[in-house]
Amino acid sequence: MTQLILEQALNGLQFGLMLFLLAAGLTLVFGIMDCINLAHGSLYMIGAYLVAAAAQAADSFWIGLATGVAATALLGLVLELTLFRQLYKRDHLSQVLATFALILISNEAVRLIWGAQPVMLNPPAALSGPLEVGGFFYPAYRLVIIACGLAVAGLLYLLVAKSRIGMWVRAGAANREMTEALGINVQGLFTLVFVFGAALCALAGGLLGPLLAVQVGMGESVLILAFVVIIIGGIGSIRGALVGSLIVGTVDTLGRALLPTLLRATLPADAASTLGPALASILIYLLMAGILFFKPQGLFPARA
Amino acid sequence: MSLRLTALAAALMLAALAHAADKIKVGLVSTLSGPGAGLGVDIRDGFTLAMKRLDGKLGDLPAEVIIADDQQSPDVAKQIVDKFLKKDKVDLMTGIVFSNLMLAVGPSIFENRTFYISANAGPSQYAGEQCNPYFFNVAWQNDNLHEAVGKYVQDKGFKNVVIVTPNYPGGKDAVSGFKRYYKGKVAEEVYTKLGQLDYAAELAQIRSLKPDALFFFLPGGMGINFVKQFVAAGLSRDTQLFAPGFSADEDVIKAVGAPMMGMFNSSHWAHDMENVENKRFVADFEKEYARLPSLYASQGYDAALMMDAAVRDVKGKLADKAALQKALEAKRFKSVRGDFKFNTNHYPVQNYYLRAIGKDAQGRVTNKTMGTIFTNHADAYVSQCKMK
Repeated sequence: MTQLILEQALNGLQFGLMLFLLAAGLTLVFGIMDCINLAHGSLYMIGAYLVAAAAQAADSFWIGLATGVAATALLGLVLELTLFRQLYKRDHLSQVLATFALILISNEAVRLIWGAQPVMLNPPAALSGPLEVGGFFYPAYRLVIIACGLAVAGLLYLLVAKSRIGMWVRAGAANREMTEALGINVQGLFTLVFVFGAALCALAGGLLGPLLAVQVGMGESVLILAFVVIIIGGIGSIRGALVGSLIVGTVDTLGRALLPTLLRATLPADAASTLGPALASILIYLLMAGILFFKPQGLFPARA
Repeated sequence: MSLRLTALAAALMLAALAHAADKIKVGLVSTLSGPGAGLGVDIRDGFTLAMKRLDGKLGDLPAEVIIADDQQSPDVAKQIVDKFLKKDKVDLMTGIVFSNLMLAVGPSIFENRTFYISANAGPSQYAGEQCNPYFFNVAWQNDNLHEAVGKYVQDKGFKNVVIVTPNYPGGKDAVSGFKRYYKGKVAEEVYTKLGQLDYAAELAQIRSLKPDALFFFLPGGMGINFVKQFVAAGLSRDTQLFAPGFSADEDVIKAVGAPMMGMFNSSHWAHDMENVENKRFVADFEKEYARLPSLYASQGYDAALMMDAAVRDVKGKLADKAALQKALEAKRFKSVRGDFKFNTNHYPVQNYYLRAIGKDAQGRVTNKTMGTIFTNHADAYVSQCKMK
């Protein structure tokens, strides 16, 4: 029983932390620059492909991960300088249209370059088995993912809460005009935040590659979850993104694990097997609706 | 009403003419992108290889094969099928991998009186009450491979089994097939989302149930990830894995590798079968695509051969639907799986074999045929089919 609870808690944590990597970038771009970036998921996809390609070329997962993340950051820089800079002053509809176009373009580009079939990555051989501690088993690779996620969360906390740049970012999220009026180079700040967000996307894509599949369209499904996270957490808030990610990760994992069993106890087996998975997949949206009902601004609104 | 009358009149006129066509069009719609792509690609490659062998002709008629990707989406599949039927006016169709897509597009194909030769999807619905003269399955009924594993697991004396399948019609068929022959305790039936790739939550649950055997039906990328994560979680030490051939063929083996060794699975075909047709097929396939064929490839190959024989039989008179149906039912082609015949519901009656994954003479990890589980096995739904 302890094994089960602990294992599911770690699963929820692992899923939540990966969501956090995506949501952190998304919430900053949305909160500070007031820009809806639907193509955030595409950066995640492109990042995963670049990591996969680099890992195969270098025959080392870790070199591949570093190269892929750096390359995606560079791509983020180019995108920010050429496209997004034009979009900030436009209204949300133009941003949605432009970034949606970006999704279509990147999906087709990836299909052209890497083909329509998914790339199935393998984790590094040393991490492909379980880790055993006193009778408790957990996949070693997932532990590494958790460690990476926690490290990034810690780093982000230090950056945002303790550094001068972080102070500007928080100020920008809370009140953009006032920040500009105080003489902060908001444009440079935007570029930095965007590039950082792109790098986090690639990190998440690369780390999740061996657990999922690197494939066209992988960004869209996860983007929806990332939006749920930032809406729950409060747009523009890193702390909100972290808490929101962990809530969504845990609820999703527990829903999948517990709901079918619980339903089976009360309903006939046939109905339970149909209803269970369906309910589990809408659970996080129910959660989002519930939180929005009581806290329309999310749990930690940046513009309080 | 007037539309139906027109259609009827047109059909009558065509039947009256019933002249030999001078060419033939085949619509092949399959899953060629996403996690299920491995299956569709193999069906397509098997079909294409057979067309090459037949010099691009079906029954001596020059054939045009139109290939489209359904993206594993019922909506996309419907659009493609409508285009095939109305714009391209195809004579024969094949290719669909997933049963939920098959069930979505079936009605419009049958209404259009176009013969569909399924090279994979074999839903129980079309084998039983909804059986249709225009539907043939050259592979199997969905339940069959699962029944074979159920029988083997039962015979080997396993007592506590967990079943994992996606929550879709093919998954439901898998569970009923397995449980038709496995009579022991089922600790849990786990239904996952179709296309799910991360199984952490399910694997934790399975660990807590301590099953002695696990039966999973997760075709394509789903199965690849499941086996990898099953091994990574350390579950392979205490739990024996069983799967139908779908989850243990070349596409999965290639991606997972050595951890698959020792896994038992069932199939109606294997690449090491000793018959002339199969030897030629496997050798040609390896030469053409530089990989071993999977059962999906064999099914695509058989579908083309089946079309070829039937079209030759009716001497190219494709408009004579009754004659074409008889010709298809007669099954005059030589299948790579050896001999089989069609039941009254247009599904095969055939043998099912046990395969085990191990290293072959050349050191490749691949399937080896171990023995026969069922001989001349028919599906369980045929009695409900009243073929009109």
